[in-house]
Parts: sequence; C-alpha cells; structure tokens
Amino acid sequence: MGRYVVRRLLQMIPVFIGATLLIFLMVNVMGDPIAGLCGERACDPATTAQLEKEFGLDKPLWQQYLTYMGNVFTGDFGTAFNGQQVTELMATAFPVTIRLTIVAVLFEIVIGVTLGVVTGMRRGRPVDTSVLLATLVVISVPTFVTGLLLQLLLGVQWKWIKPSVSPDAALGELIVPGLVLASVSLAYVTRLTRTSIAENKRSDYVRTAVAKGLPRHRVVTRHLLRNSLIPVITFIGTDIGALMGGAIVTERIFNIHGVGYQLYQGILRHNTQTVVGFVTVLVLVFLVANLLVDLLYAVLDPRIRYA
Amino acid sequence: MGGVTHARWAAGAVVVALAATGCGGGSGGGYGGGSGDGVLSSSWGDPQNPLEPANTNEVQGGKVLDMIFRGLKKYDPRTGKAQDWLARSIDTKDSQNFTVRVKDGWTFSNGEKVTARSFVDAWNYGASLRNNQKNAYFFGYIDGYDKVHPAGGAQSADTLSGLKVVDDHTFTVRLNQKFSGFPDTLGYAAFAPLPRIFYTDHAAWLKRPVGNGPYAVESYTRGSQMNLRKWDAYPGADKAQNGGVTLKVYTDNNTAYTDLMAGNLDLADDIPAAQLKNVRSDLGDRYINTPAGIIQTLAFPYYDKAWNKPGAEKVRTGLSMAINREQITERIFDRTRTPATDWTSPVLGTAGGFKAGLCGPACQYDPARAKKLVKEGGGIPGGQVRITYNADTGSHREWVDAVCNSINNALGDSRACVGNPVGTFADYRNRIGQHELRGPFRAGWQMDYPLIQNFLQPLYYTNASSNDGKWSDPDFDDLVDQANAQTDPAKAVSTFQKAEEVVRDKMAAIPLWYQNGSAGYSERLSHVALNPFSVPVYNEIKVG
Repeated sequence: MGRYVVRRLLQMIPVFIGATLLIFLMVNVMGDPIAGLCGERACDPATTAQLEKEFGLDKPLWQQYLTYMGNVFTGDFGTAFNGQQVTELMATAFPVTIRLTIVAVLFEIVIGVTLGVVTGMRRGRPVDTSVLLATLVVISVPTFVTGLLLQLLLGVQWKWIKPSVSPDAALGELIVPGLVLASVSLAYVTRLTRTSIAENKRSDYVRTAVAKGLPRHRVVTRHLLRNSLIPVITFIGTDIGALMGGAIVTERIFNIHGVGYQLYQGILRHNTQTVVGFVTVLVLVFLVANLLVDLLYAVLDPRIRYA
Repeated sequence: MGGVTHARWAAGAVVVALAATGCGGGSGGGYGGGSGDGVLSSSWGDPQNPLEPANTNEVQGGKVLDMIFRGLKKYDPRTGKAQDWLARSIDTKDSQNFTVRVKDGWTFSNGEKVTARSFVDAWNYGASLRNNQKNAYFFGYIDGYDKVHPAGGAQSADTLSGLKVVDDHTFTVRLNQKFSGFPDTLGYAAFAPLPRIFYTDHAAWLKRPVGNGPYAVESYTRGSQMNLRKWDAYPGADKAQNGGVTLKVYTDNNTAYTDLMAGNLDLADDIPAAQLKNVRSDLGDRYINTPAGIIQTLAFPYYDKAWNKPGAEKVRTGLSMAINREQITERIFDRTRTPATDWTSPVLGTAGGFKAGLCGPACQYDPARAKKLVKEGGGIPGGQVRITYNADTGSHREWVDAVCNSINNALGDSRACVGNPVGTFADYRNRIGQHELRGPFRAGWQMDYPLIQNFLQPLYYTNASSNDGKWSDPDFDDLVDQANAQTDPAKAVSTFQKAEEVVRDKMAAIPLWYQNGSAGYSERLSHVALNPFSVPVYNEIKVG
C-alpha cells in the first residue's frame, strides 16, 4: 500500500509539469497582457517597458516558465495586475469554493445515492420511472437556466433567500448555489447508483447474505451498497476537481467570489499569473482527488489489494 | 478614465459590485429614517489597478476616488463646469505659467493639513516613470515631464522642474506649451492631493486609502467590498447627506439588478442591456437615464494605405451615411443612447463646445447618397468592411451586427460589411496596439474632464495617446495648437470646433451615438443623480 502511494505520487510529477506547461503556453497565446491595462488607449511605451520588466514579460517564454515554476516551489505564485499577491487571492477564493464544493458533494451523496438506492431496489416501478424522468430533465437543462430560475423564484418572488451571496459566503447561503452546482452531477450519481445497485442485487454475495438471515437494511447498507459505490466514488472523485474549476457559471449567477470568479476575471484581463496559479492548484486538487479515489477502492472492496 | 473603460465599465458588462445591506450583509450602519446617518449599498466592480489616483483609469476605481478625494477643482455634477474647490485661485497671464493658491483649512481625514506640497508631491509621484502610474501622461503638459518620464531609457530627474512650492499654500506650474484649458483639467482624479502616509507606508495606504473627500474608507476587502463612512469633519460644502456607502463587487450586473429587485441592494448604477425593456415597469421613476460624457465611434486604420489614399474620405463619409443611427439606438439601446451629430458630447453644453448638427448631412441616414459616395471614393477597400470589436462585454455584438445590416442594406450588397469579434478586451487592445487591423474598429471614448479639448486632442492629434488609427492631419494639429494657446475660453472653444470640422470633412472617425449613464435605486433612497462621468453623486443621496 505504501509503495503504491509513493509510486502514484511520483507519477504525479510529470503530469503536473506537463499540465502547468500547457496552461502557461495557452495563457501566453492569449496575447500581450499589458495591452488591456490602460483602458481605451495604449500605455505609453516607457510604462509598458517598465511593466513588462516588472512582470518578467521581457524574457523568452521558456525562461518565464522556469522562473515561474521555481517561484511556485517556494510558494510564490506571483502578483496580479491589481498589485495583490496571487496567494492572497487564493486565500480568499479557495475557502469559498471549497465550501461550495462540499455543499455540492453532500447533495450528490445524500440525495443522489439515496435516490439511486431507492430506484435501484424498485426497478421499473412508478417511483423509478419518475426519478429517471426527473434526472433526464435535470441533465438536459443547462446550469445557468436552473440557477437563474431558482434565483428569481426563491430570491425575488418568494424572498426565501438573498439572490446573491455575501462576501463571507457562509455555508447557509451556499445551499441553493450548491444545489444548482450539483444538479447535473446529482442526476448522474442517481443513475450510476441505480444501475450498480440493480446489477449487484442479483449477485451471489447478496443472495448469501439474505440466506444467512441478515436483516434487510444490513444487507443493503453493508453488502449491496458498499460494493455498488465503486463507480459512484470514481465519479464523485473526479467531479470534485470539475466542480471547483467549473463553478464559473454558478459563481457568476450568485455573485460568489470564489475560484471561478478569479479565473473569469483573470482570463478577461489577461492576467497570466492569476490564471496559471489557480489552474495549477486545480490540477493538484484533481490529482490528489484521483489518488484518494483509488485508495478508497481498497476500503470498499476487500478483493482489491494494492502492492 | 479615458477609454475603453467606457465600454467595459460604463456600458456594459463587467463586474458590478453589490452591497447586500438590505437584509444584513452590509457591515453595520444604522438606517436612520432620513436623519442623514443611513448607509446605502451600491453596486461596484473590482478596480483593475491599485487605487492610486494617478493609476486609476476606469470608472469603478474612479467611483471611490470621487468619494474620498477633492482636488483643486470639482466638476459640477449637473453642468460639468469646473469650479474652484481646494483652489483659492489659479492665475495666469500667458496660459503657460500658472500660480495656484490652495485654500486654508482643508485636511486629510487623518488630520494632516492639505498644503501646496500635498499637490506637488502627488503630481511628481504620478509623473515619475518608476511608479508605473498609468495616468502619468496627464502630467505631460508640465515642464520637465520628458525628464521624469522619458519615452525610452532611464529617467534623469525625480521631480517635475515645472512645479515649484512657493509657500505652504502656494505653488507655481510651468507648462511646456501654452494650454489655456489647463486649470479646468485639474478636477480629474489624477491631480488629487496625497497625504504623507501614501509615501511612507504605501502598503497600508493601499489597504485603506486616506483622502480628503466627504467620505473616509472604514474597511476594504479587496475584490469584494468597501465600506465608506461619512467623514464628519469634512470641511467642504458638499458634505455627505447619508451615513455612508457600502460598495460591493458584483461579477455580473444582472445579479446586481436582481438584488435591486429583491430589495437586497439600494443602488445599481449599470443597468444590464437585457433589462432595458422592463426597467421602467420594474422601477418606475426610480430609474434614471442621463447623458454621460461618452461617445462611441468607428475608427479607421490609417496605417493601412487602402484607408488613407485620397478619396477614401468619401468612402468613410458614405459608410457614415449608410448607418441608420435613429433606428439602432431605438431598437437596440431603447433610447439609452442618442444618435451623434458631432464628435463631442452633449454634457459639455453649447458653451463648452458641444455643437449639435456639426456633422451635418454626413451623419444623416441617406442610403442613396451613401452608395454614390462609396462608389465615387473607389469602393470599399478589399470589397468588404470588417468591423472589429471585443465580444466579451454586453452589447457590442448586437450593435455591430445592426450597423453592418444597415450598411449592407444601404449599399445593396449583403456582403459589404461583417462584424469581426475578438474574444476579450485585452486581446482587442492588443490587436489595435499592433496595428494589424485592416478595417474600422469600435472606439469608445469616455471623457476625463469636461472640455472639448479632451474629445479631440487625445483622439485625433498626430501620435496622441488614444489616436489608435494613427490619423494625422496638419490642419487639425495646427488648429488644436492655436486653440490651446487661446486665453479667451470662448475663442478657444470656437477654434476647437474649427478643428472638429476638419475631422468631419475628412471623416477621421464615424460618430455613432452619445451614451447615457443609467442607474436604478430602491425606495429607501432619494436625490439620486449621475454626474457627467456616469458615476452616482453619492454625497447628495438621502437614505430613508
């Protein structure tokens, strides 16, 4: 197990370097970041030269990348154009997005898995058909439509919530945005769990457990569900990274100042340092989440062993 | 605040801030019923640059500076006229050497006195190349600017030789050319005085800016919220009529509007284009829509020979006449923009140089003459007009498509004009800067100060800072120089108008429409107005 983890961690290094290099190149293709800084006029050449020097943009690209990576390993992610440290931006943005992601994942697990188990156990019954239909609707409606609709209904019409989230972004305020963010994944989790449960219901170990005379809830939770969760865990694990980076739409609708907001603003303003920094951290989150998922397999299914 | 910013900030999309006081998110501040201590929440966008006066060139940062700073002059929020504010007098005999006397009794909100040095040091800081101030060129008229901010290489001086402190409340300014309008430019934020702490503890100042305006910054969370409170000891006549303002950053002005509808925000000063149709039924007379010093034009790439050859002015005039401004401003902008008939803005007033109809028939929709003129001028270079614009903000795509439709219909050629969208504003500026455009491009101009000079010189003077198309005309340059040297303001204005006629005859840029500022507010507020810079006049707003 230990050796497996070490091997996986080592594998992350080339993936990490490759991913950051790609991002670095792509962001640089967007064009000269100084051009958009002076409003409707060109910055005067002297100031441009000075700014380029300050941000290291006067060096060749490979050198910029090396300097950047060197700095990253010492914890310095550079400075955004508004004079703030990127790490400072991260310190404000990531906690918000992590809270939002947690709310979303909780929704996926609680509602998604429950619905999946219920429908999987009652395949073909009316409850199954109606949930399936509902998930189809959720999957096919784009997130921004769900988001704007809920915002208008709950925020403006019924006044149950505030349409926008305050800068503190407390957990309570993130429930509706979290639900919106989770909606599509939630539908997938339901469907995955349903199929998996329905398949495993007919397997030998379930029949054995039933024959042993175990109570039904024990059969379902301990034996059936535990084994059926493997594909679901895989999905949720990879979804964490997607949720964190993909919250741009949801964060915009509800005015949440998280990672999506910083990325959006960074891209609009050609702020290389912000974009590369945030995406680098997202890449790390993705890699770690994947590793954790793989380790969880062994916990869920005793037949899986890592050496 | 020249510039694009206009499109980005004033017109359209960027981030808008919200303040969630209504139900509580705002930080404190009682809602006294009309007693002048109520705090209002207002939408905001994250300022693009650090909030230094000489480094802020867009409306969102300008909003804050307008609340926490007062300069030598202040522009009247209704007429735009420059009035002496901290200046007791600004005298000159030759339009080149000025003596500035600063009023006694003004202090910064930390108690420090505002003296002649507060101005001179601030201007030297703003002009100095090493401070990377993006508005440095505003000091370009002052003698010695080429030493502290050379076009290339290292600076050979730290301070402007044209600035001299005479005594505590007097300083002199020597310009490197005659410029009679100079005193009237001094209301621009870049010319604000700065306290010592700005230099001694710059980081602390940026975290919590200290100024001399009617409001003081109570707390500032960068990227999300700023709490401004009324400064009780403010010595000026324009004291705040409310207890303070909470500025909250909105990523999307649609969310700000939704919050306003939900009673969660008091003032949204950028109504999204998509809501213009229902804003009157939603808000009634709590929706304001007043002219701002913003004009939209189509500029041309004169570095491309095809657009710069003799006769091309006929093509440009023809294109101008092919645009049905009336219809587009009505259908797309719901009359929040007004068809342009000159190259300035109505907010200048006729005395300030605005002249309705100066453009004459060249700005009237006349498809038959348009077609004829384009033909006489040798046809459209390359057979097709490609209008370049940035597609990341609100409604540029819509109006560019409408303009192209209008041109195509007038010329009877369905391929005469197409839009050429660029993904982001930054990339758009990038392409303009690299001079690689081969057709007209969107150009918006938001005035820095309400002078006709500001609508002409930066845009059309040879090699001027915002002359992106590199238009150059000796007659125009000559007239601008003459106008700047005029000591009589009325004569200066009429000379500038003569220069503007050169722009018209050569159709250097096609004027499209004047833009209005818009805002909506909650029932708690009264006395809400926008100044000519489309910024709410916060200090006059009454809460409750």
